[in-house]
Amino acid sequence: MISWVGLAASVLLVGVAIGVSMVLRLRLERELIVASIRMAIQLALVGGVLTLVIADGRSIWWSWLWVAAMVGYASDVAARRAPQVPGLRWLALGAFSVGAVVTLGVLFGLAVFPVDGRTVVPLAGMMVGNSMTATVLAGRRVVEEIGDKRDQVEARLALGKDTRAASRPYVRSALRSALTPQIETTKATGLVFLPGAMTGLILAGVDPAEAVKVQAVVMFLVLAAAATTTTVVALGAASRLFTPDQRLRLADDPSLRH
Amino acid sequence: MTRVESQPAIELDDVVVTRSGRRVLDHLSASIAGGRITAVAGPSGAGKTTLLRLINRLSVPDSGGVRYGGVDVAEMDPLVLRRRVGMVFQRPTAFPGTVRDNLAEAAPDHDGGYATAMKHAALDPSMIDRDTAQLSGGELQRVCLARTLVTEPEALLLDEPTSNLDEAAAELFEAAARSLVGSGTTIVWVTHNRAQLERVADDVLELRRQP
Repeated sequence: MISWVGLAASVLLVGVAIGVSMVLRLRLERELIVASIRMAIQLALVGGVLTLVIADGRSIWWSWLWVAAMVGYASDVAARRAPQVPGLRWLALGAFSVGAVVTLGVLFGLAVFPVDGRTVVPLAGMMVGNSMTATVLAGRRVVEEIGDKRDQVEARLALGKDTRAASRPYVRSALRSALTPQIETTKATGLVFLPGAMTGLILAGVDPAEAVKVQAVVMFLVLAAAATTTTVVALGAASRLFTPDQRLRLADDPSLRH
Repeated sequence: MTRVESQPAIELDDVVVTRSGRRVLDHLSASIAGGRITAVAGPSGAGKTTLLRLINRLSVPDSGGVRYGGVDVAEMDPLVLRRRVGMVFQRPTAFPGTVRDNLAEAAPDHDGGYATAMKHAALDPSMIDRDTAQLSGGELQRVCLARTLVTEPEALLLDEPTSNLDEAAAELFEAAARSLVGSGTTIVWVTHNRAQLERVADDVLELRRQP
């Protein structure tokens, strides 16, 4: 447990960062102070709400409501990060929902973790948070690939291929690009860096062997979540680039060009 | 190659196409005879490529209709239509991989027809396992023609297919087209080249650029 005095002492570390900024004239002092205060307030608020949501005796439905809100907010963030992907808000909402059903379904269905507020909220948070970057990347890459390779996509359509077949090579390429960073991170885990969940547990006094088991499950969760959410977004984004009568929408719709 | 008995013909009826606020085709009506080469000529921006795209429904008109073999193309399954009416684009659109990979993409279950399609496209069948990354522009364009021919289309839409080829390659391409017409294929050929138009065209459809 960290005492309040200990927490206050750790603020000295922000002072180190501010000192670096001052010595090197980076003019980031204000930014560092604002970021630190904002982070502390946000964490305090989240901690307070989480304490209420997962308190003993509280209905599990409050936790699920929290998860739904997280999924909704994450979809909005994804849509703002990649405005060039048509309909990304709804696609991401579908993707994170499917991701949550698949990953939490496996973990709770197979009783890897018990279903309660202390597991539902953090696991869903890690699922959404860690698959966000890959999801946004998958949507962007599909739109870029199909836009860049428009000639080849239309050549496939002109051969009588349907839109799914015509876009398949580019959806595949986008998915590989989106998933590769997560696979690389998974490979490097434990060697190059110690992940947050595990270090957090160890710092909180949990036996390292237990922490490792939890972290391994989290990494598997993140891999499955990234694979699921990117697939939903990539297929959905690709389908929105075509008309129902098997034409590439970019060909006739300048508003979709990039 | 097997052919349907009836000669397909293409008709455009009062077609209007507007792109980015500009009228590209303005109430165009035309009839294209089956089993012949019809050259589509006209300046840049006259709507020649748009005309081809309307015939195989890669684009749709704002108003008016396009009929193929007497049937409104808007009523046809676009996938079936595009198999009957093949298209070769101005820029070679070879897919990554070998010539065989390209032909297989078009007709995966028809490898017996690959050599015939290559011959019709004036390509030596021994090139079938060459990587398309190693081919010249002229060879790539003929790979694209062979890839379209292997689907055994009744009609071919050629969008300035020789504009990036040298003279010898263009002549080979023209000879390939003439031999296809001899076997009953309808060809609509967009060209800027007057000399080529006179060499290959049975009919000419002249388009004007709209103001």
